[in-house]
Amino acid sequence: MARRFRPTDDTQVCEAVAWAAAEGVPIEVRGAGTRRGLGRPGNPGAVLALDGLAGIVDYEPAELALTARAGAPMAELAAALAAENQHLAFEPPDLGPLFGAPPGAGTVGGALACNLSGPRRFKAGAARDHFLGARAVNGRGERFKTGGRVVKNVSGYDLCKLLAGSYGTLAVLTEVTLKTLPAPEKVRTVMVCGPGEAEGLAALRGVARSPLEPSGLAYLPAAAAARSKVERVSGPGRAIAAARLEGPEASVLARCARLRGMLGAHGEVEELHRRNSLVLWREIGACALLADPPERALWRVSVPPARAAEVAAAAAPAGARYFDQAGGLIWIAAAADGDAGAAAIRGAVAGRGHATLLRAPAAVRARVPVFEPQPAPLAALSARVKKQFDPRGVLNPGRMVAEA
Amino acid sequence: MRMPEPDAAAIANRERLAERLRAVLPPGGVIDDRDTLSAFDSDGLTAYRAMPLLVVLPESTEQVSAVLAICAELGIKAVPRGAGTGLSGGALPLADGVSLALTKLNRILDIDYENRCAVVQPGVTNLAISQAVSDAGFHYAPDPSSQIACSIGGNVAENSGGVHCLKYGVTTNNILGLEAALIDGSVVRLGGRHMDAEGYDLMGVLTGSEGLLAAITEVTVRLLPKPEAARALLIGFPTVEAGGDCVARVIAAGVVPGGMEMMDRAAIHAAEAFCGAGYPLDVESLLIVELDGPAVEVDELLDRVTAIARACGAVSLRASESEEERQRIWLGRKSAFPAVGRISPDYYCMDGTIPRGRLPEVLRRMTELSKRHGLAIANVFHAGDGNLHPLVLYDANKPGELETAEALGADILKLCVEVGGVLSGEHGIGVEKRDLMGAMFDEADLNQQQRLKCAFDPGGLLNPGKMFPQLHRCAELGRMHVHRGKVPFPDLPRF
Repeated sequence: MARRFRPTDDTQVCEAVAWAAAEGVPIEVRGAGTRRGLGRPGNPGAVLALDGLAGIVDYEPAELALTARAGAPMAELAAALAAENQHLAFEPPDLGPLFGAPPGAGTVGGALACNLSGPRRFKAGAARDHFLGARAVNGRGERFKTGGRVVKNVSGYDLCKLLAGSYGTLAVLTEVTLKTLPAPEKVRTVMVCGPGEAEGLAALRGVARSPLEPSGLAYLPAAAAARSKVERVSGPGRAIAAARLEGPEASVLARCARLRGMLGAHGEVEELHRRNSLVLWREIGACALLADPPERALWRVSVPPARAAEVAAAAAPAGARYFDQAGGLIWIAAAADGDAGAAAIRGAVAGRGHATLLRAPAAVRARVPVFEPQPAPLAALSARVKKQFDPRGVLNPGRMVAEA
Repeated sequence: MRMPEPDAAAIANRERLAERLRAVLPPGGVIDDRDTLSAFDSDGLTAYRAMPLLVVLPESTEQVSAVLAICAELGIKAVPRGAGTGLSGGALPLADGVSLALTKLNRILDIDYENRCAVVQPGVTNLAISQAVSDAGFHYAPDPSSQIACSIGGNVAENSGGVHCLKYGVTTNNILGLEAALIDGSVVRLGGRHMDAEGYDLMGVLTGSEGLLAAITEVTVRLLPKPEAARALLIGFPTVEAGGDCVARVIAAGVVPGGMEMMDRAAIHAAEAFCGAGYPLDVESLLIVELDGPAVEVDELLDRVTAIARACGAVSLRASESEEERQRIWLGRKSAFPAVGRISPDYYCMDGTIPRGRLPEVLRRMTELSKRHGLAIANVFHAGDGNLHPLVLYDANKPGELETAEALGADILKLCVEVGGVLSGEHGIGVEKRDLMGAMFDEADLNQQQRLKCAFDPGGLLNPGKMFPQLHRCAELGRMHVHRGKVPFPDLPRF
């Protein structure tokens, strides 16, 4: 039975990590544990659960900044932001349900540690782009801080970027500051029914190149569209290409009219208003359109958008899939046996992008690299970075790559 | 400015080093004569000068890599250098170091509209990228004031901003890929034409690392469609507080302008005398708010900002009705630095960032500091993101005035940190703010930063003497004191 720690302040985090370093005990660093299934399985001798580091520390809407302790639930942040008509523009997806966790349970520290972003990512940036400052504890059990509470800051190395997406392998986040932004006043989605994959994706790239400022561009093959809870998406039983527009009302309405004109050439055009838009883009961001059955493996594949159709065809000729980010992000479902499709998918990506095995049984994640393998000099550099932050290798060792 | 003690052996063996470097570089690729070297003796922070040991001008990634490998082999320091327009002394040469000038790597390698990106070499100027894609309706968003001259590699090294970064972000938010040469000569490629890192976000930490981690040899930048319309509002206020209040209320109203710039009375008068932009002279603060995007949206937001400005007590208000008028409104702001250069023999440009809400208080306290040190200040700021550029006016020919200007500047930056801000918003730490890092970070914070450097450059050969007030050896930082057997934290809650 692994030892479990649930610190309520950062001194206790320091003590727990210092103990682990002294004893050489690998620890599993986690928030609420909703994304534990993401990454390589470990064999920890202790668990450090950070959901006891709760609460928003400081939120000044006029400063566009929010500071919270790392264990604060994302749902709490979302509610506080909504009360001020603000939001996190990177649109953090709720991936917990993919791994069997209840919706809305994930923590802010966990969201940043995984650097996961939603459909607005190509316009507004990723989680790391909104991560302004942090307090953290390194693998020696020492506290350090980086960044600040202001958006423009070049004082020292930008360690927030490094900590975002490091899955708790470099340091334990204890407090984070995020950039907040005004929430859009109006949301509309324009979608066209029926275009084939290559045609639909090309149409979306055309919208991306236009000055219409789309904030979501997704292509759903018929099978994926059929799984949407939005009746007007699932009902027709056809593929759809969807583009989201956000902003002040007059602007959204004027752009909608122009977008209908652009997409009208590819089929019948429909519009979704706020409620349906919110549901659809949440599904798209959280891989909900491929989630079931829960046994299947899920891949998250990042490629240059213009390669999307070609990569998808080679990676999963018969597989279930859909496209976000105008094709820059492909979600693929695969059978969770053998290599779960790794060779075919990574072969198709061919080094120009990366594929993450987002969900698979632990046995598969133990033998198939979860994150895209890196060329030797880069892998060696990343290992040196890990060593500098966590010399004894006690923080989530092996979560990202097998460690020597 | 205290710099690390030069390595006498490196200086003594200069000729041998030059010979080794000539063997891997094209003819003329190694500069060793004093006259030519002196052209490289500073960057944009001209108060600090030093002659480099040698300057090299590689023309390819392979040559950059070969130069660094030689430096690593011989234990010679290397100082990466872009266009030399930086304002914090990040490219200040070292007497015992090779200045690695990347200006000859100046080709745009590919423009890829389908994937909304361009692949460029580090010596390409910031503006050249936007110019190359302008006809197709695109631009590269970060636009530092020096964009006509500054290089994209330098922008990456310094994580440069500009007047439009409130809405469009700074360099780090606008690049997709990097190629970089490490001190041992190995070359790594980070990112590409796709989004997000597959492992640790090393591109994120290389951006803004001021040449201390690697030399940037290629950059893939994001291209954005140009906004359809842009209009500027010129708003005068009877007090600085009213201007600051207007900035806060625009943000609170949910408007994110393309740019939001503020000038104080001294800067307004200097700018108007310099270029006659038509600025009102009977106001204490002037705000330029630029709104860009779809035409309908621009008009609507312009009305909203106008209403907020009136409610904040604006005494003059002018909206651009044409592109020419918009340019004229910006003219005074863009020439603020040379304008101040005309009213004072020298000026020292500071670069702190503060929480927007503290602006009136910081301005009041800066006035007090200015009186105490006996030097005048003119203020221009990127008000939207709280980035201040106080210009300290001084005369370098008067004994002691440079030192007074530096002391006043240091007090201003400490004030920024005290109110919850930071030492540098977009110019970098370099040598200029190196010794102030302790005002913002404690020893543990700085040690962690230096450990990152150890992962890239264990011998400390890349741009030493910049950013960190104290240099630690990697072996010393890597030491780990392990106390076994201590009863761990009996009071730690467990479950």
